[in-house]
Amino acid sequence: MSDDELPDPDSEPYWQGAASGELLYRRCGSCDAAIFYPRSLCTECGAPDPKWAVSKGIGKVYACSIVHRPPPSFKDQAPYAVLLVDLDEGFRMMSRLAEGDAESISIGDRVQVVFNDGPDGRPTPYFIPA
Amino acid sequence: MSLKRACAIAGVAESRLGVVPDSTVLSLQAEALVDALADAGLQKSDVDGLLVSGAWGRLPGLQIAEYLGIQPAYSDSTMVGGASFEFHLGHAAAAIQAGLCKVAVILYGSTQRSRADKYIFQIRNDLGYQYEAPYGLPTPVGSYALAASRHFAQYGTTNEQLADLAVSTREWAALNPKAYRREPLTREDVLGSGPIATPLNKLDCCLFTDGGGAVVVVSPDIAKTLDKPPVWLLGQGESVSHAQISEMRDLTITPAAKSGARAFEMAGVTHSDLDVVEIYDSFTITVLLTLESLGFCPPGTGGEFIANGRTGPSGEFPLNTNGGGLSYCHPGQYGIFLIIEAVRQLRGECDARQVADATLALISGTGGVLSSNSTCILGVE
Repeated sequence: MSDDELPDPDSEPYWQGAASGELLYRRCGSCDAAIFYPRSLCTECGAPDPKWAVSKGIGKVYACSIVHRPPPSFKDQAPYAVLLVDLDEGFRMMSRLAEGDAESISIGDRVQVVFNDGPDGRPTPYFIPA
Repeated sequence: MSLKRACAIAGVAESRLGVVPDSTVLSLQAEALVDALADAGLQKSDVDGLLVSGAWGRLPGLQIAEYLGIQPAYSDSTMVGGASFEFHLGHAAAAIQAGLCKVAVILYGSTQRSRADKYIFQIRNDLGYQYEAPYGLPTPVGSYALAASRHFAQYGTTNEQLADLAVSTREWAALNPKAYRREPLTREDVLGSGPIATPLNKLDCCLFTDGGGAVVVVSPDIAKTLDKPPVWLLGQGESVSHAQISEMRDLTITPAAKSGARAFEMAGVTHSDLDVVEIYDSFTITVLLTLESLGFCPPGTGGEFIANGRTGPSGEFPLNTNGGGLSYCHPGQYGIFLIIEAVRQLRGECDARQVADATLALISGTGGVLSSNSTCILGVE
């Protein structure tokens, strides 16, 4: 992985938020859609420049896979549970169970964000059971 | 506007498949082109349209045209993953209908097994991928595993049902001399093959081979002058929904829902009219989700649909009759082989694996991580 271009102009507030323990997303000022990942227009109605918003970081597991054969740079971490989480504000993101037994999390479980250092050392959102 | 009978497929061929170390991505495509043109009864000098897709090189559309010595009047390098070739078929039909070309060739080649052209599998962390890359999901298998996890939880689908599809597909491969894996396979073999990313096991995943293919698409007036019976494009639809799995709205409904509906409407046929079906099988779950999205069975019932040998040579629903990406070959982007097999079935050229009296076929290509789909309906006469 190369980090040369990160954060980029679209993502800088997101990663700054993570560094201060906040999960940021964007919300359309026109149609009120929650937008993730953060981008410069509303994916629903096309209105430009959605507003930044802070998520409470609580949601529900939508999908979950325990990775046994990881990419090379994650080799020493397997098995681990990769999640798709539906946040209560109405957006979905990928993340990972932050700690504990990968088998201990199931689809439908309530989860809560925590911020740990990611693979590149940057504070990154992970989830634990709520 | 319809593409119905706007073009016909006049020639198809594979290159050598499997492990082909004495080749390049370019030579494999040349190899397939020569055989496909011979199959069509046409010359290289007849070719005025070129449709290519690949994760190799810098500008594949230019590099392959140069290598072959073709200066096409119409070019298309649509790259939407393994489904690209079903997109190309629709695009070739539109170009021919518009009079932009008369003999278009769809090409693919990959030496991913023998050489290091594995760019498509590298984890990226730029742009949208920066929101997934920190979590170590292997690509593309992990994304399909997430979709499978959702289908299992939502509908009670089981690993046994997925395994049965792999077994049926292997039974077809046993009838195809060109298939890479032909030895018998059992449900227990699949279930015991070890988890890659739950719930997908190793034998839920496609092969990793070299290989190439070529498809010659011609205008109706040319089709009628050739020796072999033309295989007509009767309907085509395409749809793109996302690039990365966290952006897929409903992990149980693929873009095939939209593209399939368009293809059926254009062709003016229905599911029960079809004799043979070829569906992209990057993973067993890909097939299950595509069958449901295309409307072959209601949402949630794909597991029952594929279980117990129903799609195998002695089943009632002939599916992936060449042995599929699971057992025949899978050189990174498999979609071109769906076209090749459907054409051969409709021409009655499939020997031991021939589906009797096949006159109408559906092919459905899926690319990326359930990201893109083009579905085509083909027929003879």
